[in-house]
Amino acid sequence: MLNKSYYLIPIISAIISISFWIGFNINLLPEEASINAPIYDELFRILFIIGLILFLGMTILVIYSLFKFRKKTGEIGDGIALEGDLKLEIIWTIIPSIIVLIVGLYSYNIYDRMGGMNELNNHHQIKNLKSEKIWAGINQVSNTNGTNNPLVEVSAMQFAFLFNYPKGDFISGELHVPVDKTISIKMESKDVIHAFWIPEFRIKQDIIPGQPTILNFTPTKVGKYPIICAELCGPYHGGMRASIVVEDPSDYEEWFNENKKTEV
Amino acid sequence: MTILLDNKPKLKESLQPKGILRYFSFSLDHKVIGIQYLVCGFLFYLVGGTLASAIRIELTSPISDFMPRDVYNQVLTLHGTIMIFLWIVPVVNGAFGNYLIPFYVGARDMAFPRLNAVAFWLIPPSGLMLIVSYFVDGAAQAGWTAYPPLSITTPQSGQIIWIISVLLLGGSSIFGGINFIATILKLRRPGLNLMQLPMYCWAMLGTSLLVVLSTPVLAGTLILLSFDIIAHTGFFNPVLGGNVVVYQHLFWFYSHPAVYIMVLPAFGLVSEILPIHCRKPLFGYTTMVFSIMGIVVLGLVVWAHHMFTSGTPPWMRLFFTIATAFIAVPTGIKFFNWVATMWGGKISINSAMLFSCGFIINFVFGGITGVALAQVPFDIHVHDTYFVVAHFHYIVYGGSVFVIFSSVYHWFPKVTGKLLSEKLGILHFVLTFIGFNLCFAPQHWLGLNGMPRRVAEYDPQFQFVNQISSAGALLMAISTIPFLVNIFISIKNGKKSGDNPWNALTPEWLTSSPPPVENWEGEPPLVKEPYGYGNPILKENNN
Repeated sequence: MLNKSYYLIPIISAIISISFWIGFNINLLPEEASINAPIYDELFRILFIIGLILFLGMTILVIYSLFKFRKKTGEIGDGIALEGDLKLEIIWTIIPSIIVLIVGLYSYNIYDRMGGMNELNNHHQIKNLKSEKIWAGINQVSNTNGTNNPLVEVSAMQFAFLFNYPKGDFISGELHVPVDKTISIKMESKDVIHAFWIPEFRIKQDIIPGQPTILNFTPTKVGKYPIICAELCGPYHGGMRASIVVEDPSDYEEWFNENKKTEV
Repeated sequence: MTILLDNKPKLKESLQPKGILRYFSFSLDHKVIGIQYLVCGFLFYLVGGTLASAIRIELTSPISDFMPRDVYNQVLTLHGTIMIFLWIVPVVNGAFGNYLIPFYVGARDMAFPRLNAVAFWLIPPSGLMLIVSYFVDGAAQAGWTAYPPLSITTPQSGQIIWIISVLLLGGSSIFGGINFIATILKLRRPGLNLMQLPMYCWAMLGTSLLVVLSTPVLAGTLILLSFDIIAHTGFFNPVLGGNVVVYQHLFWFYSHPAVYIMVLPAFGLVSEILPIHCRKPLFGYTTMVFSIMGIVVLGLVVWAHHMFTSGTPPWMRLFFTIATAFIAVPTGIKFFNWVATMWGGKISINSAMLFSCGFIINFVFGGITGVALAQVPFDIHVHDTYFVVAHFHYIVYGGSVFVIFSSVYHWFPKVTGKLLSEKLGILHFVLTFIGFNLCFAPQHWLGLNGMPRRVAEYDPQFQFVNQISSAGALLMAISTIPFLVNIFISIKNGKKSGDNPWNALTPEWLTSSPPPVENWEGEPPLVKEPYGYGNPILKENNN
């Protein structure tokens, strides 16, 4: 079956180079605005390229066989009585297994770099919260700013997010955070399940009633990004949005103090 | 056992109505029940498709303007429930399973004909009930997943009717599963080994095991949910100390295998169709059998990949990532084997073959996004977005529904003795393939860039891509017209097909088309090599 396999070499290399070209030149993702985002995009690119190679390869194989081996008009009879080929079958069991294994290990590495494997219970903040049921989202902690990060309490309800700043004792409808600092948010739902999603940060965490959830992230770019509810929560689910405003530390301080004064 | 059954058909024949009327009767004939499943499923497909069109019309504009927001949620809930429980599951299992399995094992009927009829007749009332619930007090509006506490706090009547309906459909599915297992294991013609059965039998054996193992868990979960709704118990209600994540675990313990309940039979059907139209033996029979069973086993231990953003500890996320990704290996084997089946064949390019090839291409795409979604860090960004919507439509529509159409073109001559028009069939394929890809491929981008699923309104920057997607949906809707016209014209005036138009070797073709009530006039044939194409000795024996 593969006795003329040298024909395959240029085809396979063409598929691979096209896939790499598409993978590196076509961007399907939104802006990168947190420490997580470039790590995520690296994983995405690798998966995109591997996926493209496999998809293009299979599609070309199917279409090629369909036309190459089509029955010509008037032709009768059967194809070759080939019932299997152990060597080939072993090859296409082992190669996908290896690909899957490599992808799995690589995505474990990505997940670890995102802070996903960090034990949240060892984190100093959790001890202070004294709550029994704490669930962890991705626990990204940056090395430099890990100790004095601002904590915001997020309450989700049908159909809004509210952001409570305990240090300033005020509530805001917009999440303001300083850039390049690890932010810790503690999320609670007042009614049904919601989800906290910032596409530009590549993070998402369900907000589950009865279970406070901690989510840490580090924005890297000043700007205003949407916070989107991603879990069906009722008729106005599509309208349940808020904004996160990432500011320079001085702007953030100003905003914080302004609100602190008026609220107190 | 087969000998005992031999006397039965004659009695059956005398008691049952004839002609078109038998399809409206409590018939015990597996062939009639198969057609009942297929036609009933297709009618619900039209309903579900109409609901899908309504969703796509709503999404042509970024504001909620086509229907009220709560109605939109009812529409998406009904669309999901109908397409899964009333179209794909009953058709790939019930319709083709009932029609083909007795032929394949060399039996005159299923093991439990009466249970079989009961299983079918549970479907129309539950489906109608589900649709009618819309007119009572609004249908269920918590999505087909019915996550509490949303399903507890939305209007009760719709949710309760939804639960009863899904319970009855689950019951029907379990009855069917038991029947298939018994028929395949116990009613085989003497002399026929398990490893000589056509691949669809193995697919149905695996699927039925999944049905029997996992559907009861869904039933139990939904009963507890209904207690929470009616009797204000607190199993899943966090206000009363319940745990909503437990519901998700129990729900997905069924609903992930449900994906395999929808695609494994489709894999089986493709394995029947390809060798016949390629005139080649199915490549790698033994590895195909092992990959089906591998998928069954792995399919039972991957459910939590639907919950990567719920409260799940890191080790659990990791375990389910690896288990899920490894399903790609047995699935991949099947796809390579199908391409190898085509390789070196003498392929007739017809509607059945085109839909099967369309299935391979679509499913490979859906499978690749599936492996990506299995990776926790990847999933966290796109979970509950249009990326996931696109992914699973590539699996269930691009996969299962394409195979259903392929099977209709392939077995239509068997059932009616008439051929379908190839011109209309190819038109149907082209419209469906283009429409489907136009509708769902752009949705990957929508999900990656920030459009969550199940929304009636969205960020205006996504309007153009949504309109492309809706145009694809319109093409898909139009594509059913040539299909329906083809069916109606061919039933009346189709060209006579003869008994075995494809020159096939599988046992259902070794009788007249349409087959007699007792399936074969004489003894059931002993087909030890259902895929013996290209083998000169075998060919002589069979002709």
